[in-house]
Amino acid sequence: MIKAERKRDSAQPKLMPNRWWIFKPVVFLLCLVPAVWLLYDTLTGGLSANPLEDIRDRTGIWTLRFLMFTLSVTPVRRMIGWTSLIRFRRMLGLFAFFYGFLHFATYVWLDQYFAWGEILKDVFLKRPFIISGFISFVLMIPLAMTSTRKWIARLGGSRWQMVHRLIYFSTAVGVLHYYWRVKSDIQRPVAYAALLALLLGYRGWHAFRQHRSQGAAEMKAV
Amino acid sequence: MLIQRASDVPSSEITSENLYHNRREFIKTASAVLGIAAAGTIIPGCAPGVGAFAEPQARKPSPYDVPATEKQTPYEDITTYNNYYEFGIDKGDPAKNSKNFKPKPWTVKVDGMCNKPGSYAFDDLIKGLTVEDRIYRMRCVEAWSMVIPWQGIPLADLIKKLEPAPSAKYVEFKTLVDPNQYPEQRRSFFKVLDWPYIEGLRLDEATNPLALFATGIYGKPLPNQNGAPLRLVTPWKYGFKGVKAIVSIRFTDKQPVNTWQQQAPQEYGFYANVNPNVDHPRWSQARERRIGEFFKRPTLMFNGYSEQVAQMYSGLDLRKSF
Repeated sequence: MIKAERKRDSAQPKLMPNRWWIFKPVVFLLCLVPAVWLLYDTLTGGLSANPLEDIRDRTGIWTLRFLMFTLSVTPVRRMIGWTSLIRFRRMLGLFAFFYGFLHFATYVWLDQYFAWGEILKDVFLKRPFIISGFISFVLMIPLAMTSTRKWIARLGGSRWQMVHRLIYFSTAVGVLHYYWRVKSDIQRPVAYAALLALLLGYRGWHAFRQHRSQGAAEMKAV
Repeated sequence: MLIQRASDVPSSEITSENLYHNRREFIKTASAVLGIAAAGTIIPGCAPGVGAFAEPQARKPSPYDVPATEKQTPYEDITTYNNYYEFGIDKGDPAKNSKNFKPKPWTVKVDGMCNKPGSYAFDDLIKGLTVEDRIYRMRCVEAWSMVIPWQGIPLADLIKKLEPAPSAKYVEFKTLVDPNQYPEQRRSFFKVLDWPYIEGLRLDEATNPLALFATGIYGKPLPNQNGAPLRLVTPWKYGFKGVKAIVSIRFTDKQPVNTWQQQAPQEYGFYANVNPNVDHPRWSQARERRIGEFFKRPTLMFNGYSEQVAQMYSGLDLRKSF
């Protein structure tokens, strides 16, 4: 299985000669569409009677979507065998952070208008809804900071990977945050939870198979 | 029906000067805060307008009106930003999905502990009662608020007409169940709420002079998305007490279990009195955002109606009876 996959990977450049750099600006612009769209709606009165809530909700949901996109890279790459997809992962992750930052800023700035007393009460007391959002955002900060090549080298591949597994927790807590946000219309948060379960489940399944085939190979070698 | 309704509401009135003024003001504040100086100048239809609001109809002032310093929420905002889960869970859904709703003919069933039970046609139910104008605050449990010029029948008058028995202590209201008209009632998977939507009041609350059975807004028939043809308005309580499209009134001696209380008893109670000191478990109730305004304002005890209602709760622990 692994062998086959490696073979497919190494065959990749022939089928898809390193053209990924052409797509990069395109994907970058696509990632900006939700932000531009939101800005357009805000400036042209396209939002509801409660525009701040719209801005808060839309930046929030896009954060979650970009976290899901980022987590989809590895499974999709393995399934369709398009290795170059990995080159978009950092960008998608940084956009998740970008929308998360907008979301957080909307809360602190537009929604609470720097009412620190209220904010501290929200974050550190009794409000799991806000706390979960805050944790999800804070967990993204080290990932954004260590997203550069320099940091990969500094930490070393496996340690870097360990740190970046924080995205699993960030996304899970983010989904919980969404679940607590709604009143009784849990359909959408549950859909996100199911998607997350699928994406993480795939990783677990893959690791398990890899582990087993490794074990089998070792047995044979002995 | 639809055509008639459309002509009832000329577009010139829906998109009032006030709305533009209001939106412009919001965008102005928002862009000032955001540091987008240009925003105000590129928005179409935002030339400085008339601030004063031209009332669509002469209305009788009521002693219960909010002070004129609190601006009325524009008609368009009141009718496009609604929580009415039967029509959908997003705020814009009720306006979108209620266009074919039929508020006429309408029958209300009255039963339980009273001397005048029966099925009442809408006109018979309100016959002999006077429709009054009331400008009330409305505070949603989600921490936003509006100022709405209602027309309606004081609930006390209707209850007197129905002659509750001395044993009756509560009155329970139900919304229509009709999956043909309400898309959310057709859903069997991940149902948002148990239908019908139920709300209740203590009899003394229901006969408080503030309690209103609304039949109109801004001098126009109550729009479908706002609960046509008949909805409850209790301005000192959170908005979810305002049960819409009422088809049942029942007098009882047991405290009704209202829909949201049943849904999440630790979060929503029977009383649902607006109270800045008792937070919702997931969010603060200390402040609210008035629709159309940028900065939040402090929430008032009983939504500013303490004078009229506080005495009804004198013996009650409002932390427990939330």
